Amino acid sequence: MTHFDEAGAAVQAALDAGARYADARVMVRRSESLSARDGAVEDLGFDESAGLGVRALVGSSWGFYAVPELSEPAARAAGRRAAEIAAASAAVPGPPHDLVPARAVTASWASDCVIDPLGVSLSDKGDLLVRATAAAKAAGADVAEANYEAWDTRKWFVSSEGHRIDQHIRECGAGVTAIAIGDGEVQRRSWPSHRGQHGTRGWELIDEIDLVGNAPRMAEEARALLTAPLCPATETNLVLGGEQLALQIHESVGHAIELDRILGWEAAFAGTSWLDLSRIGSLRYGSELMNITIDPSFPGALGSFGFDDEGTPATKRHAVKDGIWVGVLAGRDSAAVAGLDYAGSVRADGWSRLPMVRMTNVGLEPGPHTLDEIIAATDDGVFMDVNRSWSIDDRRLNFQFGCEIGYEIKNGKLGRMLRNPTYTGIGPRFWQSMDMLSSETVAWGTPNCGKGQPGQIGHTGHPAAPARFANVRVGVRG
Amino acid sequence: MSGGSGRAGAELETAAKVIELVRGVAGRSAEAEVNVRHEALALTRFANSAIHQNVADATTRVRLRLHVDGRTVGGSTTITDVDGLRALVERTLAAARVSPADRSWPGVAAPAPLRLSAGHPGSGERSGLAFGFDEATARADPAERAARVRDFVRAADGLETAGYCRTVYVSAAFANSAGQAVEGRTAEAAMDGVARTGGADGVARLAAARLDDLDGAVLGARAAAKARAAREPVELPPGRYEVVLEPDAVSDMLQNFAYFGFDGRAHHQQQSFAELGREQFDPSVTIVDDPLGSRDEPAGDLAFDEEGTPRRPLVLVCDGVTRAVTHDRTSAGQAGTESTGHGSAVSRSWGPHATHLRLEAAPVKGAAPGTGGAGAIVESARPLVAKMRRGLLISDLWYTRVLDPKTLVITGLTRNGVWLVEDGEVVSAVGNMRFTQSYPLALGPGRVLGIGAETIMLPESWGRARYAAPALHLAEWNLTGNASG
Repeated sequence: MTHFDEAGAAVQAALDAGARYADARVMVRRSESLSARDGAVEDLGFDESAGLGVRALVGSSWGFYAVPELSEPAARAAGRRAAEIAAASAAVPGPPHDLVPARAVTASWASDCVIDPLGVSLSDKGDLLVRATAAAKAAGADVAEANYEAWDTRKWFVSSEGHRIDQHIRECGAGVTAIAIGDGEVQRRSWPSHRGQHGTRGWELIDEIDLVGNAPRMAEEARALLTAPLCPATETNLVLGGEQLALQIHESVGHAIELDRILGWEAAFAGTSWLDLSRIGSLRYGSELMNITIDPSFPGALGSFGFDDEGTPATKRHAVKDGIWVGVLAGRDSAAVAGLDYAGSVRADGWSRLPMVRMTNVGLEPGPHTLDEIIAATDDGVFMDVNRSWSIDDRRLNFQFGCEIGYEIKNGKLGRMLRNPTYTGIGPRFWQSMDMLSSETVAWGTPNCGKGQPGQIGHTGHPAAPARFANVRVGVRG
Repeated sequence: MSGGSGRAGAELETAAKVIELVRGVAGRSAEAEVNVRHEALALTRFANSAIHQNVADATTRVRLRLHVDGRTVGGSTTITDVDGLRALVERTLAAARVSPADRSWPGVAAPAPLRLSAGHPGSGERSGLAFGFDEATARADPAERAARVRDFVRAADGLETAGYCRTVYVSAAFANSAGQAVEGRTAEAAMDGVARTGGADGVARLAAARLDDLDGAVLGARAAAKARAAREPVELPPGRYEVVLEPDAVSDMLQNFAYFGFDGRAHHQQQSFAELGREQFDPSVTIVDDPLGSRDEPAGDLAFDEEGTPRRPLVLVCDGVTRAVTHDRTSAGQAGTESTGHGSAVSRSWGPHATHLRLEAAPVKGAAPGTGGAGAIVESARPLVAKMRRGLLISDLWYTRVLDPKTLVITGLTRNGVWLVEDGEVVSAVGNMRFTQSYPLALGPGRVLGIGAETIMLPESWGRARYAAPALHLAEWNLTGNASG
């Protein structure tokens, strides 16, 4: 069963109502989530959502309307309504703009999935989380939590330029966290990442991360953190594990290279960017080790797709090459405004939300070292991993991150465990101080990227490996 | 164009239908909760002084939570015809039969009447308690939102502007297998915008139950005045500064208190700073969760939570003493108390959170309330600034994140304007700064030097909560760096 007819009806109705361009997406999404706490299932839920969203361009103004009914009459009404909303936008119009040209595509794409996560029995999923939390509890956690999520999304996209694309994307992820409560403070350790690992993959991803086997170590480390010395307040060599570096990339590179932010379209909420388009191709973002790619074709990563929500095929391109800023995340309208000739990074959180510029997979190309080599080459420093808190300013320059765990590095070896490790810096200075980068890349998934008004949650991927940064301020505290 | 109002009753009928379907396939011993929520959301967004995103949708979602044979499953769907509802019930039941046992199921709420205040829209058209509900807001069209945007842009007088104007209409019902059956509807509007000049931003935002209460020109003029006053900032060294926080900044404190301080589940697990009966705040501090509103400020939310528990005002802090935390039925059961009406679709996993916190203002005799203000200072903050010998006036806080949940140490940045104040006068704009500060410590005994005379109703930046916040004069705020490095 396809829904091209409803999407096509919406597009035609928008054109008939005066739009010069229109596109429509029908989406049917089933999702499932399960959480456990202290050896018992805490919450189990599933959602089904189906509807159509249509976008109409009248003059230089957009309108968007979405309905939960999948019928041609409802689709036609939605198309007309989108055009009416676009016409109302013209009360406060912007400058004329167009869309960068796109080849009309007729295609079908599905993500790779070995074991359908929604096909695994709920009892097996529940047992896994129950056993993981029980194992953490038995190993000393005061509170043990585990979670699992899966999304199964089918989309049918039609544009007035002739696109007809259907996609089937399956994503899932899971994680376990051990919490230790001390006198006046709380420590936590999470495996494999602070919200669990997620990817555009099947249940095989969750089989690989061995929640039960790693849960006791998380509990032991959380408890040990309660009495570990505080991370010193100093400037030093900072070695970041890959999970933390993934969020560093997300916050201080991924958001900064969003073209809508650079153009001021997010100025009131998400913010702008320190990047100035006139310096693309010449601005030094980081050291020569820094090669950042935008790659929605990265196999299994959480930001992977065949086509974005404007119908642009997944294409790998550099955002930073040998430390120089060379590319952005763009959509067809923002690229046209900026005078660029590529798009491909527009996505919507469901059928009821407007497609907008979003990260796909934004990550570091592998470096020449290993984590062991990085630590062995460090006489004095701090190693930190697994994110605990993140904060960055509205231009994506000044950041402060906290990690779950740290270790001092002395004479090429890991030393004492450190609690409450934090570090702060300014994006380009920080990236220019990267002097060692590992080849041990993992595509970490971020399933909770918030942007837009009304708010949209994005799923993004961040290939990352451990790296070292020089002269970083660590140990910031209140 | 926000979608038709006047749907009252339709959601309750749908909820009752789902309960019937559950009884038909699972028997009378099954416990079931059904939420039916129709929401029409419309949001007109502008940037670079032009409307660039303009969206609307009208969606009905049905949520079913089913507890059968000791197992619990929640399901939801947007497919609300008979086949869709039947499929929801059958899938939920099938999932329950293969789910692990749920040892923390608290049972469903017993029938209880809603507490309807003078400002509450009431329980559907049949209740006759529709005062406070604004049909015009529920039916607002894109031209009305665009007009407010146009006024905001014009009032900024050439400064670059960005923001949104939003209207939301909700009609919802709850029914459970124990016989609780309630319904209600709300309308809500909000406007939030910045004006920008020379790298300086000024902000103005307001939440209201009536779109008519949002004046784009007033908000645009205020944002522009603040932006102009924020030009040519100086950099100050990090350190502990006396501060006046304007209501926008205070609303961030309320949001973090709601999520991390007064969460009953976190409190029960000793992950919160809250200690009931202890004087943890300055005696001038009283914080109330007030979901029901008043005649002057109609409620922005329904009179029942998603477990069917009637909502009520809840005093969390009274004269500096922590008095209560928020609970859903599960956390209440674990803590040996009763739900405070803070159940939500995610509260079992993420905790029960207050969404209508009000920090009580300290009215000054003879002072007239107002939402205007000229230059850098919001009107209600002026008496506080006048008393500051040397310190900072901070408009807004941004990207605040918890470093330690137990002490509620938070890091974040200032945004949309900071000024140095000497001898009660603004002497210069200051560049944005990073702070690392325990929020309860900042409001601790002896540390609150003054509270503004009026609260401003402010929309949450991400979700749909509202916070009523006055300005605050605090003895100390720990600024740990300049945003520029």
